[in-house]
Amino acid sequence: MLGKLTWDAIPWDQPIPLGAGAGVIILFLAIIAWVVLSGNLPYLWREWITSVDHKRIGVMYTLLGLVMLFRGFIDALMMRSQQALAFQGAGYLPPEHYNQVFSAHGTIMIFFAAMPLIIGLMNFVVPLQLGVRDVAFPTLNSTSFWLTATGALLVNISLVVGEFARTGWLAYPPLSELQYSPGVGVDYWLWSLQISGVGTLLTGVNFVTTILKMRAPGMSYLRMSMFCWTALATSLLIVAAFPILTATLAMLTLDRYLGFHFFTNEAGGNMMMFVNLIWAWGHPEVYILVLPCFGIYSEVISTFSGKPLFGYRSMVLATMFICIVSFMTWLHHFFTMGAGPNVNAVFGITTSIIAVGTGVKIYNWLFTMYGGRVRYDTPMLWSVGFLFTFVIGGMTGVLLGVPPADFQLHNSLFLVAHFHNVIIAGVVFAVMAGIEYWFPKAFGFRLHEGWGKAVFWLSLLGFYAVFIPLYGAGLLGMTRRLQHYDLALWRPWVLAASIGIVFLVAAAIAQVIQLYVSFRRREELRDVLGDPWNGRSLEWATTSPPPVFNFAVLPDVHGEEPYWEMKRHAIERQEMAAEPQYRPIEMPRNSPTGFITAFFSTITGFALIWHIWWLVGVGLVAAYAVFVWFAWRDIEEYVIPAEEVARLERERRRPRAEWLAQHPGEYPA
Amino acid sequence: MTAVDAFTPLRPDTDPYRLGHGHEAAGLHAHDASGHGEGGPASKRVIVGYGFWIFLLSDIILFSAFFAAYAVLWTATDGGPTGRDLFDPTSVAVETACLLLSSFTCGMSAVATGARSQLWTQVFLVATGLLGAAFLAFEAKDFAGMVAQGAAPQRSAFLSSFFAVVGCHGIHVTTGLLWLGTMMAQVWVKGFRPNILRRLLCFNLFWHVLDIIWIALFTIVYLIGMGR
Repeated sequence: MLGKLTWDAIPWDQPIPLGAGAGVIILFLAIIAWVVLSGNLPYLWREWITSVDHKRIGVMYTLLGLVMLFRGFIDALMMRSQQALAFQGAGYLPPEHYNQVFSAHGTIMIFFAAMPLIIGLMNFVVPLQLGVRDVAFPTLNSTSFWLTATGALLVNISLVVGEFARTGWLAYPPLSELQYSPGVGVDYWLWSLQISGVGTLLTGVNFVTTILKMRAPGMSYLRMSMFCWTALATSLLIVAAFPILTATLAMLTLDRYLGFHFFTNEAGGNMMMFVNLIWAWGHPEVYILVLPCFGIYSEVISTFSGKPLFGYRSMVLATMFICIVSFMTWLHHFFTMGAGPNVNAVFGITTSIIAVGTGVKIYNWLFTMYGGRVRYDTPMLWSVGFLFTFVIGGMTGVLLGVPPADFQLHNSLFLVAHFHNVIIAGVVFAVMAGIEYWFPKAFGFRLHEGWGKAVFWLSLLGFYAVFIPLYGAGLLGMTRRLQHYDLALWRPWVLAASIGIVFLVAAAIAQVIQLYVSFRRREELRDVLGDPWNGRSLEWATTSPPPVFNFAVLPDVHGEEPYWEMKRHAIERQEMAAEPQYRPIEMPRNSPTGFITAFFSTITGFALIWHIWWLVGVGLVAAYAVFVWFAWRDIEEYVIPAEEVARLERERRRPRAEWLAQHPGEYPA
Repeated sequence: MTAVDAFTPLRPDTDPYRLGHGHEAAGLHAHDASGHGEGGPASKRVIVGYGFWIFLLSDIILFSAFFAAYAVLWTATDGGPTGRDLFDPTSVAVETACLLLSSFTCGMSAVATGARSQLWTQVFLVATGLLGAAFLAFEAKDFAGMVAQGAAPQRSAFLSSFFAVVGCHGIHVTTGLLWLGTMMAQVWVKGFRPNILRRLLCFNLFWHVLDIIWIALFTIVYLIGMGR
């Protein structure tokens, strides 16, 4: 009846996961109880859960990403503390638990922290910067989000019901085959990634279509903001790379569920094919994460230097160059496979070549700052911190890309330090900069500067304190994923890293305080004009937060920096552009389709993990029923009357006109 | 304009060096930028069709991963049967004929839809569905026959990859049939509304792409497999 699921699946004898799981469940139930009792459930359902508004979906993605970032950070704390204690001893985490912790850390950080944060910012910003009202397929967008949430939920269920994979975040066979991992851990990994991967793929389809087919009048490709360009590159990579992940996961699933022999040791299976396939997705994935971050840095550095982005066209070219070459370097993740010197040499060279595109970008950012009036607000601090830190990570990466060096450093903590160096500086710093930068646009008030700067300095310090020692330990030969070790030579480096993480804990606390303080002081931090940073792209042309339709009239674009042009004209003429004729606006209606789809996906995924076959059937039939029901709907859109549009637009214009009158000839911020 | 000139030096809008901005650095007006005059968001029909094409491209990449696995594993028969032992040219020819004909009838249904003929649209959609079902029946018979001979996917890596790549196509055809039934009901009840026309367009694209995949399967899996 319940497949492999029994009471023994719950780890009664392990206090740590049980306690953590109980804590999460109590918190979750408490939040639900608070929402229901305070009467906010209808609001939550109407305005958020069923919302197809790209801005709301973006905020929900970002929130999911932050929560999962916290969860992954807890895993990191456990790993660092385990290694600090497990010198010539067993530490406090038994090996099978420790293995789950590092597998969950990697999986969560990449798929359920970094990806939702990136896609969340893309969701919020791209349609605003393109000057349009929503993405191409709003309901699909909501479905994508809820499928990602399904994956995150399944990973968290594994904490309490059953176990998570003990195989590392990419679950290499033959270790991940049924013979060596008979439990449900790998199945949790497979199905949570499969389901959220479908969501990500649909996001890619949605954004390619949005960016290529829906832009404000006059916005040619070479007038799009850099963030839109990088979002386009990332979406193209998603469309081209995620199907490979889907297929690879499907093959491993067939091996585990039906006894196929894709990657097994016997009957002709080829485990290295898995490694090749997974990295054929995995290396583009690196750029899927980092390219939009380069877009964020471009926006921030240009805005806070008060100058257009230096070398915009070369930046576009470098982005698309990286987009293509990212598919030609995958083998550098396993030079030790034994493909031979010629193959390794080719991939070593492509690895060096792809660094050129990033190098171009670094110089462009430096020259954007050169000659500008640089303001060191928090987003800019993150960006400058990134420039310094990322260059170090880039250089260690090029070092690892040299096959002979890689043979020494493969699977060592040097590698671990390298990819944390590029992902933390490249992605986490960018997301922090992006959240700081666009928060006022999303919520109508700025975040507290002082606490923001505290978060930045603590994070920067914490990053160096943790990962520079790991570079050292790696050079001394310490391999990754060690549950315990006996060599005294490594001890000081490991201890240093474990102490360094204290700064990151302080940064996390400061971040929570910043959000709390900013919320309490939201009236004094209010963004009245909708342009808190003296911005240059179209998102600053509308109010903070923007109305549901974003723009009363689609902006007419005449150059690379459309909002800067508008602003300059208004300030030079001391008046805003004349009021246009307002027309009614059609907007897509809310839909619970995404939520319902995710609900049944969660059930189907859980049933597949535990081999509850009848429930799988129920889930699939229900999915088809939802599809038919959704397709049957008659009314897809509602109309916002012209008077309402005019009223909201006049509300936007009034503070701007007042500001213009009070500050003749000045720019805001 | 004097007021403007008064604060011109303060204007932080331009890079004083105008470096890296192509021809705009030469003082040409911004209106000369390439692509000026793009007219805003495309029509819904274009957006839907285009988006669906992008999805189909991703689906083709999904298949390419399975094809790659087949290319790696097709010699890994582990002493078991090979393609030459197993593949039945007659059956594959019939399957191919069914699928290609169904693409033709699918195209005819699009012509009928263009003429807004409820009857002929339904007739050709039914024909498409029947041909698709016939294809699936023959494929199922092939698969059952192979399993009965002991050539199940568990036998060897070659058979694993064969069943996966061909079966993945079969699952797509099955899904297509479910979609087809839904579309027929929608056309029947709701008529040729713009959103239904867009969905028919997507369905047509989907069905033709399944044909393209089949041609690749026919060539790479069956023709080359039978030659060995």
